[in-house]
Amino acid sequence: MIQGHISRISGPVVQAKGLDGIKIRDLVEVGDLGLIGEVIEIKGDAVSVQVYEDTDGLKVGEPVKTDAKPFLVQLGPGLLGSIYDGIQRPLEIIREQTGSFIERGATGEPLPTTKPWHFVPAVKPGDTVGVGDIVGTVQEGPTIQHKILVPEGTAGRIASISEGDYTIAQPVARLESGDAIMMVQAWPIRQARRYAEKVATGIPLITGQRIFDTFFPVPKGGSAIIPGPFGSGKTVSQQALAKWSDATVVIYVGCGERGNEMTEVLTEFPHLEDPNTGAPLMNRTILIANTSNMPVAARETSIYTGITLAEYYRDMGYDVALFADSTSRWAEALREISGRLEEMPGEEGYPTYLASRIAEFYERSGRVVCLGKDRRQGSVTVIGAVSPPGGDFTEPVTQNSLRIAGAFWGLDARLAYSRHFPAINWLTSYTLYLDALKEWFTKEVAADFLDLRTEMVEILQREDELRKIVQLVGRESLSEPDKLLLDVARTIREDFLRQSAFHEVDAYCPSKKQYYMMRAILTFYHECQSRLGTMPYDQIAALPAWEELSKMRYIPNENFDGEFERLLQRLTAGAPEPAPAGARS
Amino acid sequence: MATGLYGKAYRKIQDIKGPLIFLEPVKDVRYGERVTITDSLDHSKGGQVLDVGERAIVIQVFEGSDGLDKKGTAVFFTGDVVKLGLAEDMLGRVFDGSGHPADGLGDVYPEAELPINGSPLNPVARRQPFEWIQTGISAIDIMNTLVKGQKLPIFTGAGLPANRVAVQIARQVIRQSGEELIVVFAGMGITSREYSYFYREFQESGALANSVLFLNLADDPTIERILTPRLALTTAEYFAFTKGRDVLVILTDMLNYANALREISSAREEIPGRRGYPGYLYTDLATNYERAGIVKGQRGSITQLPIVTMPNDDITHPVIDLTGYITEGQIILARELDRKGYYPPINPLPSLSRLMNLGIGSDKTREDHKQLSDQLYALYAQGKDLEKLTAIIGSEGLGVAEKQIIDFTARFESEYINQGDQPRSLEESLALGWDLLSGVARGELRRVEDKYVDKYMPKRAAGAAGD
Ligand SMILES: Nc1ncnc2c1ncn2[C@@H]1O[C@H](COP(=O)(O)OP(=O)(O)OP(=O)(O)O)[C@@H](O)[C@H]1O
Ligand SMILES: [Mg+2]
Repeated sequence: MIQGHISRISGPVVQAKGLDGIKIRDLVEVGDLGLIGEVIEIKGDAVSVQVYEDTDGLKVGEPVKTDAKPFLVQLGPGLLGSIYDGIQRPLEIIREQTGSFIERGATGEPLPTTKPWHFVPAVKPGDTVGVGDIVGTVQEGPTIQHKILVPEGTAGRIASISEGDYTIAQPVARLESGDAIMMVQAWPIRQARRYAEKVATGIPLITGQRIFDTFFPVPKGGSAIIPGPFGSGKTVSQQALAKWSDATVVIYVGCGERGNEMTEVLTEFPHLEDPNTGAPLMNRTILIANTSNMPVAARETSIYTGITLAEYYRDMGYDVALFADSTSRWAEALREISGRLEEMPGEEGYPTYLASRIAEFYERSGRVVCLGKDRRQGSVTVIGAVSPPGGDFTEPVTQNSLRIAGAFWGLDARLAYSRHFPAINWLTSYTLYLDALKEWFTKEVAADFLDLRTEMVEILQREDELRKIVQLVGRESLSEPDKLLLDVARTIREDFLRQSAFHEVDAYCPSKKQYYMMRAILTFYHECQSRLGTMPYDQIAALPAWEELSKMRYIPNENFDGEFERLLQRLTAGAPEPAPAGARS
Repeated sequence: MATGLYGKAYRKIQDIKGPLIFLEPVKDVRYGERVTITDSLDHSKGGQVLDVGERAIVIQVFEGSDGLDKKGTAVFFTGDVVKLGLAEDMLGRVFDGSGHPADGLGDVYPEAELPINGSPLNPVARRQPFEWIQTGISAIDIMNTLVKGQKLPIFTGAGLPANRVAVQIARQVIRQSGEELIVVFAGMGITSREYSYFYREFQESGALANSVLFLNLADDPTIERILTPRLALTTAEYFAFTKGRDVLVILTDMLNYANALREISSAREEIPGRRGYPGYLYTDLATNYERAGIVKGQRGSITQLPIVTMPNDDITHPVIDLTGYITEGQIILARELDRKGYYPPINPLPSLSRLMNLGIGSDKTREDHKQLSDQLYALYAQGKDLEKLTAIIGSEGLGVAEKQIIDFTARFESEYINQGDQPRSLEESLALGWDLLSGVARGELRRVEDKYVDKYMPKRAAGAAGD
C-alpha cells in the first residue's frame, strides 16, 4: 500500500503527491471517503487521477491510497441480467445501500459471492489444460451455459475436479502445481483479451430490421456506426437491435445518455422473449449504465468495461453484440479530462489521441478463434451510436469512427421529421461487408437475394436523380417509365424500408419474409413495365396491387410462404381488376 | 440559502479576473465550497471554490467581481459545499437567483438542507413515466404528447410567444391536478416584463400559493445564473421525493444560463468548444435536465419545461443542440407560423415527444391515436414539400391527390395548429384530425389501418378521392 495526499482538485481530476512507484492506470482511493480513481498522468512528483465519483467537498491534504494495481473487472457467472455503472458497481445493490440517489463511496460486489452454481466438469484429473481451455460449465440463466475458462497465466495437469455446487469464491478445480481454478477471474479493462487468431466474418447478424438485414448488413464480428442528430432514432435503433438480433449475448452500454432510456430497457427486457430461444431477453443482456448525470470519468471507463465483458463471452465461443449509446459522450469525457490535464488540444478541443482511442475500441470487435484446444470460434460485433453536434457528420468523432467501422448507417433528420423510421438515409449509408456475406445469403436465403437488393438500391438512386428533375419541371413532364419508377421507389421506401419498432408484427421481419417482400415489389414492377405499352400509365398507377404491397409487412411472421406465393401469382396474373378478395381486410 | 458563520478572513488575493478571484492557498479548503466575499465597503457577495491547488485557490463570484480590489477584499470560507435550506413554507414565496428571499417576507426556517448539485438518480430506481398530461393544445396532445416525469423543452426565437405557451401548459396542468401540483419557476436573465407576466398568470390561475419562484432578472448578476436552476431543481426534488408532490419546473431561459457558464470558462482560459462554450457544456446541462422523472415506490414526480431561445432561430446553436440531445423531445416554435398570425405557432415537424408512446393508446388516450398522429405528420411533411415545389413550378403540374394534400396542409395550419388560447379536449383534437384526413384520398393514407378509418373517419367524406 502506497499513501500520498491530494495536492490539487479541479473537477473530476485530482492531483496527488507522494505516490512513488505508482504506474499509469493504477487504481487509487481518493480522500477520506475513499473515492475510486485511476492514474492518468505522472508529471514530476505529481500524479493526476481521474476520479469516478463527484469530487465536491474534497480538501487538499486528504489521503490518497493505492495498491498500485490497475482497475479490474470481475468475470464469472452472474453477469447476465445485471446492470452496472461504468466501473462495474452493481446498481441494484447500490440502491439497496444508498437509496434512490447514488451517494458517494458506495460499493458492492459485482458478482453474487454467496450464490451457489452447479458446476459440471468438462475435463478430468490427469488432463492437461492451458489458458482458454474449458474446465467445465455452469448453467447461467435458462439458456446460456457459462463456460469456465482456464485464466491467463495458468496451465498444468488437473489434480482434482468434481461436479457440485460452488460459489464463485470456491475453487472448482486444482492443478498438480497446487494452483486453484475459480469460476471468477479478473481482467484489466483497457487491455484487449487474447485470442488465437482473427478469422474472416461471413455470417450476418440477423436483426429482423429490413434496412439493416437487406440493405446494409453487418456480419457477426463486424462493426457499424449509427450517427445522427438528436431525435433521429439512434437509441430506438440500438434498442431494436438489442432486442431482435440473433446474438447469444448482448451488452448494452448507456454511455452518458438518459436515465429513462436505461429504465426502459430494464422495464421491457424482462418481459420480452429472445426471438431465438424464447427466454426472457434480460437473461442474455448485461447493461452498463453510466448516464449523463453520473460522473464523467466513469463514463469514459464504461466503454471499456462493456467491451471486456463482451470479449469474455466471446472467449466462451459465443456471438456477442455490443451496443454503445453514445460513443460521442465517451469522446467528450475524454475531451473533458484531457482539458483538465491541460493537454494540447487537437481538432475541436478533442485530445490528439482521439483517433487512436476510437480505433483501439472498434478493433476489439471481430470474429476469432478462441484460446483453448478446441479452437472454438466466437465473435464481438460492435455497434456504436454517434451524436455529432448540429448533426454535422464532418466532426472528428464521426470522421474517425467512419474510418474504422465497416458499415455506416446514417440517420437523417428530414426522414425523422416526416416520421419515416428507421430514419436511415438509404443513399448515403453503406456496408463494406456485402462480398463477405454473399455466400451466406445465396445459400441460406435465396440465390437472387443480393441481385434483388442491388436492383432496389439502383431504383432508389435513380429516384433521387428524377426527383431533382421533378423539382425543376414537375412530375407531369416525366416519361411513363420514369413515373412508374417513382411509384416503385415510393413503395420501396414506404412499404419496405419503413418499419415500425412498435408494431407487434412489423417490429421483427424474418430474412425470408424480407426476401419475399423484395420479390413481390420487383415482380410487380417488372409486370407493370411490360404492360406500359398496352395499358395507360394512369390505370397502372391505380391498380389495387399497390395497396396489397403496402400491407405485406403485416403478414404474420410464421408460415408466410403460402401467402406470398399466392400474392406473387396474383401480381403476375395479368388481370388488372378486380381487387383480389381479402386484400383489403 | 444557508450562509455559514463568518470565520477567519483571508485577504491574500493574487488576481481578480472576470468573475474569478485567485487567492493564495489556504489550508483545508474544500472543492466546491461555498464562500462569502466582502469588499472594502463591507458589501458581501457569494462565491464558490472552483479549483484548489498548492499555488492558488480559484473562486467564482456569483454577483460578479465589480467593486472588488486586491487590498480591500476578504474571503470567508464556510467549510461546506453550496446548500439550500428547504421547507414547506417556501410555497408561495419569491427568492432571488441565489436563494435569498426577495419578497420581503423574511427568512424561511429550513426543515432540511441539501447540496444544490444533487446526486444522480440511480437508473434502477427510476420508474418509467406512464401518464400523459393533457395540455389542451392539439399540436402537443395529439402529435407530441407530454408525459408526467418528462423533460420537454420549448425552443423559441426572439419575439415568439414561448412564455405564453408555457403558461398555457402550466395552467392546464394545474387545472388537471387540482391542489396537488407545485410549480417551481426559475428565471435566468428574464426581463421584469416577462417576470410580471408569469407572476400575474400564476396569480390568476391560483397557482401562486403552490409555487416557488427563483428569479435572476436581466439586470441581476450573470454568474448567479449558475446557481438558479440548481436551486430550483433542489427545491423540486425536495417537494417531489420527500413530500410526494407532483412538481412542474419551468426553467427560462437556459440560453442565459449557458452564457454564464461560458463566461466563467473563458475567464479560466479553458479550451473553448463550439462558439466559445466549454467542452463540458453537455455534461453540465445534463446534470440539470436529468433531474426530472419518477422514482419507484414514491408518489411525487418532476416534469421539466425548460425554455431555450434559439439565437437567430438557429437550431444547430450548441445550447439548443445539446439540450435536444439530453431532453426527451422538444417543442419548436416557428416564425413562419407566427407571421401568419397563428397561435400557438408550434411547428410539429421538428417537434417531438419521445415519451409519447408511453402515455397514449387504447387504455390511455385512444386506440387510433398513434396512427392518426403519424398520418398527420406524414401528410404535413409531404404537403410542405409540395408547397415548395409549387412555388417553383406552379400548381398545374400537380395531380389530384397532390392538390388534396396541399389543401390538407393549409387547413392543418389554419385550423389544427392555430387553435388560439382555447383548450381542446382529446376527443375534439382527434375528431378534427380525422376530419382533416377525410379530404385526402384513401390511397394516400398509408399510416392508418382500415379498421380505424372505418370507425373514425367522418362518413360523409370518406373516400373523397376523385372529386
Ligand atoms: N424505428 C422507429 N420506429 C418508430 N419510431 C421511432 C423509430 N426510431 C425513432 N423513433 C421516434 O423518434 C424518437 C427519437 O428516437 P431516439 O430516441 O432513438 O433518437 P436518438 O437519435 O437516440 O436521439 P438522441 O441523440 O437525442 O438520443 C423516438 O422517441 C421515437 O418517437
Ligand atoms: Mg438516443
